[in-house]
Amino acid sequence: MQLTVWTYEGPPHVGAMRVATGMKGLHYVLHAPQGDTYADLLFTMIERRGERPPVTYTTFQARDLGTDTAELFQSSARDAYERFKPQAMIVGASCTAELIQDDPAGMALTMGLPCPIIALDLPSYSHKENWGAAETFYQIVRQLADKTRTAPPRDGRRLRANLLGPTALGFRHRDDIVEVRRLLSDLGIDVHVCAPMGSTPADIAGLGEADFNVVLYPEIAHEAARWLEKNFGQKFTKTIPIGVNATREFIAEVCAIADIAVPADPDAGRMPWWSRSVDSTYLTGKRVFIFGDATHAVAAARIASEELGFQVVGLGCYNREFARDIRNAAAKYGVEPLITDDYLAVEEAIAAANCELVLGTQMERHIAKRLRLPCAVISAPVHVQDFPARHSPQMGFEGANVIFDTWVHPLVMGLEEHLLTMFRDDFEFSDANGPSHLGPGAAPILASHPDQEVPATGSALSGMPDAKAEEPASGSAGAGQAEASGWSADATRELMKIPFFVRNKAKRNTERYAAEKGVTAIGVETLYEAKAHYAR
Amino acid sequence: MTVATASRTADALPILRERGQREVFCGLTGIIWLHRKVQDAFFLVVGSRTCAHLLQSAAGVMIFAEPRFGTAIIEERDLAGLADANEELDKVVRQLLARRPEIKLLFLVGSCPSEVIKLDLGRAAQRLNGSYPGVKILNYSGSGIETTFTQGEDACLAALVPEMHEEPAEQLLVVGALPDVVEDQFRRLFAELGIARVETLPPRRAKDLPGIGPGTRFLLAQPFLGDTARALETRGAVHLPAMFPFGAEGTTAWLHAAAQAFGIDEMHFRAVVAPGRERAKRALAHHAERLAGKSIFFMPDSQLEIPLARFLSAELGMKIIEVGTPYLHRSHLADDLAALPAGVQISEGQDVDKQLDRVRAARPDLTVCGLGLANPLEREGLSTKWAIELVFSPVHGFEQAGDLAELFARPLVRRDKLMV
Ligand code: SF4
Ligand code: SF4
Repeated sequence: MQLTVWTYEGPPHVGAMRVATGMKGLHYVLHAPQGDTYADLLFTMIERRGERPPVTYTTFQARDLGTDTAELFQSSARDAYERFKPQAMIVGASCTAELIQDDPAGMALTMGLPCPIIALDLPSYSHKENWGAAETFYQIVRQLADKTRTAPPRDGRRLRANLLGPTALGFRHRDDIVEVRRLLSDLGIDVHVCAPMGSTPADIAGLGEADFNVVLYPEIAHEAARWLEKNFGQKFTKTIPIGVNATREFIAEVCAIADIAVPADPDAGRMPWWSRSVDSTYLTGKRVFIFGDATHAVAAARIASEELGFQVVGLGCYNREFARDIRNAAAKYGVEPLITDDYLAVEEAIAAANCELVLGTQMERHIAKRLRLPCAVISAPVHVQDFPARHSPQMGFEGANVIFDTWVHPLVMGLEEHLLTMFRDDFEFSDANGPSHLGPGAAPILASHPDQEVPATGSALSGMPDAKAEEPASGSAGAGQAEASGWSADATRELMKIPFFVRNKAKRNTERYAAEKGVTAIGVETLYEAKAHYAR
Repeated sequence: MTVATASRTADALPILRERGQREVFCGLTGIIWLHRKVQDAFFLVVGSRTCAHLLQSAAGVMIFAEPRFGTAIIEERDLAGLADANEELDKVVRQLLARRPEIKLLFLVGSCPSEVIKLDLGRAAQRLNGSYPGVKILNYSGSGIETTFTQGEDACLAALVPEMHEEPAEQLLVVGALPDVVEDQFRRLFAELGIARVETLPPRRAKDLPGIGPGTRFLLAQPFLGDTARALETRGAVHLPAMFPFGAEGTTAWLHAAAQAFGIDEMHFRAVVAPGRERAKRALAHHAERLAGKSIFFMPDSQLEIPLARFLSAELGMKIIEVGTPYLHRSHLADDLAALPAGVQISEGQDVDKQLDRVRAARPDLTVCGLGLANPLEREGLSTKWAIELVFSPVHGFEQAGDLAELFARPLVRRDKLMV
């Protein structure tokens, strides 16, 4: 047993739902108790979907156990077919049904339903959401792809590729598809099928007719792509086009696979210049902590280091299946890889990393808020804010533009940093105003309550009792207060002269320095000793 | 006191009973509000990753600090042998209590998986009790195979009843978790009425668990507390049947039941409730303009459906099409049922697809439903109200009557306002 409060991934059947909900003409019959229907709200509320996920739950109860749960499953499957007339059905069990061993898969296969039935075996006591999505997609492809339908000879026709991996509830999948489509079309390559998102079982049957595959999210599509390679000889891309350099490499890889010339100097968008322009000088060496799914975390580390000039001080992922990628990348940046799905361990690592920016998931966003660190979201798990109304891809050159904006926005702007230093005694630049670009709601760093919550917006459940009444967790880095014990009045006054957005760091560093040197009374001297000590 | 104009007997129209797919949360969901109400209690779900994910999704990822609930996720090796599962559970409890020394009451909450593998949490609680001085360990089931949404609170409160000490004195017990602000309003009213001893279940702190005995009369603040009421009655307490305290009339009737039981003079009662009742009526009048004549359909969710339908029809003039409820407790709801107009279809249980067909056929002005159904119905042009908000917001009593009406009016106002 593992004590868990927040989880990065749901159970594997939620992964299967993400695949089914992304597709059309596919229906999922899930043997599960009524409470498991909560999963619908992930799609209807977080992603604002206007249709219910195509899932029928059997919702068996205790009184059904041992007697007619099997019959219940069969009638649910039959009714679901009648009502939705899907081109194909996937069937399986949730964690509870797995224990009662009704074998829904076996039953469905013998029921003689007039459409292909794909049985899923998703062990929920050992596996999780991403794995469930990957396994579901793999099974769908394996059982529906028609082996007689292969790519016709080239004969001067346009090339075509499948896009593999996007699902419902994926982090920016919706917009990544648009960008990658554009990249391919600039190379004269058509998208044959995009799957799971947007495809039907009939489309899946024709996957083999593409010349090659583009894997957007290996967490979901790697297994399927390997199977397609083996059975149809379709090569697949390994580069994930997130970031300017990775996008360039992706283009080169696609051209190599497609056997076409790499176009000279594609327009790489604004990001490279935005990063080179003088205003960005202040980004140099910003200490950044990165955590997410392995693919997005590795991509983020590369952008941070190569394209923004940050220093990667922490790198990790929650999906062990892809731990190797993180280990390799971590070695490159000289940091310890953090492979865990325990958010408390992540919180500890972030607090210890002494970083200036956190790139993470919604979980890290909350951790960063608590530690009063700027943060941008780079990976699932997602929530409603990760489905913006505007186009906001991560992939391709436009994705790089979006990333530049979203990562830099939480930081204080370059020139503003200097102005604040120069005019810190001017009342209009008073600390209490907070960074100007974050608006009047931005919490000043010396707020009276260190754990003050910024009002939650866009909650899936805005009627919820809000979070701020929750007691501060013991040991949380009470960042705000300058008047910590051990600080002399002079030192505190001096500390207050430091611009507020670096004050916390100065305070932490000084205290750490004092602790290391065994200094109990922190004076002005200690502050400057520490500053010299940590100067980079 | 007359409370409603239209009246009907409880068995006016045959109740529609359906069995098919349900689209309702399980009892674990109650933890989301219960853990905030009892401030030194921790809720440890013994379940699967699904259970943890449910709690997380229902709460949103909103809770800033570590909340007072968590899940001991059963893993593959726990399924191999129950002995080991028990040992693992003991270990998790030890870890947890070491990290949260302020916890005085620990609930081991059963789930579908723990029940199917027959992990006996009652025994586990007994075994663990006493090992942690100052910490009481209890258990209840919030599983989806046994409980529906708000029934989790019922199971939790019922588990507290045997822990209540014997109390011979006359007292009024208010049963059901209410937001503190509402609870305080009721306490003030009871004090003004002259009811000296008023206790609440659940208490805000575990150590304040009230006593119970034949001198105890209790009012149910929520309609989903059947098991708790039964447990209280076996301890000698007496239930005071009443309408539930929604709106001006419901609240008056509810308070009146207590006043009568405690022999409060009728004139005095009227004088005490008059100001609040008037305020509530004024607040309602404002929304009645918008809501009167509008039709409404309740999908089954919280078991609050019947009293809310009573409130909306009797006090705001709404037209009720169907009231779905996961479970109909006829005797507790007798007064509210009697005040529903004839011709209202009541349905118990659910077949969600068929019920949605009825919604589409009736095209109500407003449909009260769960979060999984709201946006899909809105997309079909049907206005909705999330049922869960009714459980999480302060809606009981005179001072909240206007807010409660507003919750129903807002989707309609919005609909009229939007020009996109
Ligand atoms: S229905 Fe059962 S398995 Fe599902 S979340 Fe509720 S208790 Fe857990
Ligand atoms: S505030 Fe609401 S929207 Fe934001 S993380 Fe929390 S639940 Fe999600």
